[in-house]
Amino acid sequence: MEFKTPTSPHIHSGASVSRVMLLVVAAAIPGIAVYVGFFGWGVVINIMLALITALACEAGMLLIRKRPVLPFLADGSAVVTAILLALALPAIAPWWIVVIGAAFAIIIAKQLYGGLGYNPFNPAMAGYVMLLVSFPIEMTRWQAPLSQTDLAPGFFDSWNIIFSGLSDKITDAISMATPLDTLKTELRLDQNIDQIITGNPLFSNLAGLGWEWINIAFLVGGLFLLYKRIISWHIPVAMLATIALLSGMFYIIDPNQFSSPTIHLLSGATMLGAFFIATDPVSAATSNPGRIVYGIGIGVFTYVIRTWGGYPDAIAFSVLLMNMVAPTIDYYIKPRVFGHGQKK
Amino acid sequence: MATTSYRKVINDGLWTNNPALVQILGLCPLLAISSNVINALGLGLATTLTLVASNLTVSLIRNQIRPEIRIPVFVLVIAAVVTTIELSMNAFFHELYLVLGIFIPLIVTNCVIIARAEAFASKNSVGLSALDGLMMGLGFTSVLVVLGGLREVIGQGTLFANAHLMFGEVGRSMTMVVIEDYRGFLLAVLPPGAFMMLGFIIAIKNVIDARRKRMAVPVIVAAPAEA
Repeated sequence: MEFKTPTSPHIHSGASVSRVMLLVVAAAIPGIAVYVGFFGWGVVINIMLALITALACEAGMLLIRKRPVLPFLADGSAVVTAILLALALPAIAPWWIVVIGAAFAIIIAKQLYGGLGYNPFNPAMAGYVMLLVSFPIEMTRWQAPLSQTDLAPGFFDSWNIIFSGLSDKITDAISMATPLDTLKTELRLDQNIDQIITGNPLFSNLAGLGWEWINIAFLVGGLFLLYKRIISWHIPVAMLATIALLSGMFYIIDPNQFSSPTIHLLSGATMLGAFFIATDPVSAATSNPGRIVYGIGIGVFTYVIRTWGGYPDAIAFSVLLMNMVAPTIDYYIKPRVFGHGQKK
Repeated sequence: MATTSYRKVINDGLWTNNPALVQILGLCPLLAISSNVINALGLGLATTLTLVASNLTVSLIRNQIRPEIRIPVFVLVIAAVVTTIELSMNAFFHELYLVLGIFIPLIVTNCVIIARAEAFASKNSVGLSALDGLMMGLGFTSVLVVLGGLREVIGQGTLFANAHLMFGEVGRSMTMVVIEDYRGFLLAVLPPGAFMMLGFIIAIKNVIDARRKRMAVPVIVAAPAEA
């Protein structure tokens, strides 16, 4: 958010935390809708579960900390955290994964640090990374796109998978490696990119089947947030440009070993991360030049970890790493205070 | 310091000035070794033994050494004690020694030990110093064991796993499976989990202290009225 203050009288823009959060949720809806279209209802159930857990934990922690409960619940920040976390989880993750993740995000990553505005780390990403580190099996079992499996789960099937936990056999039948994961594993087996992608039903024209449209939908939602001036362009543009530049450079050097910029931009959580996660006003850098540095950092980490690291996707790790650096960025890159110093 | 009573020394070591919860000393072994109860107990007892022996020795020689060189002398005393304990553990609890590994010799660098030598043993009588070492050690051990227990139950769903390393073959029957069919919660076993849980334990201690203080206030106010 940008607060330029010319001389008075001022008109209040009407921006409040609740309105910001409401618009963020609205902007995520196209992405969620496309997600449901390609991967079924599991993600909606996950979102509901995460919402209930997050709101209950938020209320509980506020009571313990003797803060007013309703105003803080109504600000909607816990809602956004819950939705972002649920979107990051596999759609067939068992219910306790969602509950533990949301509880960790709200209780430890947010309220223990002092609540909204005081958390140094993005709560949703802290919850996600905690789950990824603690439960590697459940967290890497991704559902196959509905068109790719004979056992496409409907709403009640998803409900059953999430709550009663099917046998590993059936879960294996409806799960599949994600496109980024496939690329990583096959590259390690000395395949080149062309061999991996050609004929593989997981990949389509732009990037991974389903994932490309989910990413485009989040891009649309993100542009809506930009248009509404909820977020500024600095972080997403810096981050996406860095990923595009780095992947483009390596793609030109050796297209057989390094996947193309379109795959990087439209796979995994790239767009969700760039517009919805990295732009979290609490844990990001605050000045505009600082935000550019912050976005570049996330882009570099994402590309480096995706290409040479142990995990197929890296948005969460990159965001947390740059969260850590954000105070330092703010220390060295300070906006010029009105009346002090000259613009060069 | 002359008025330091035995009661106060006991109280300080176990609660008011607990090395792990209040002085926050010796965190490195505390967090690295507390992944289960038996490791925690082993390291805790070794540290306690070191504390008692080093406090005792330092208190005995406190009037002979010049203040300028006291720190190097303390370090030598502690190093000698730790080496003895390390060699004995290697001889009598060889498998536990292998599990605890580098953290046994590293007791030398545990700041609790030099802190007690400098702050307490070099100024107090032999009896008090030995007691202080014992109580500080037990305070440290109890936190270590509680932390180890929490991490073992949450992380692996068991208690007293590997007890045979310390108690011999009888120990095998001591292992309890607290939660059946547990998938494991890796975070609790990893260092971040240790940091978080130590934080929670410290928070609980502070809550208890705050409660006690609140309870204590009316008593003090009421006492003169009765008199």
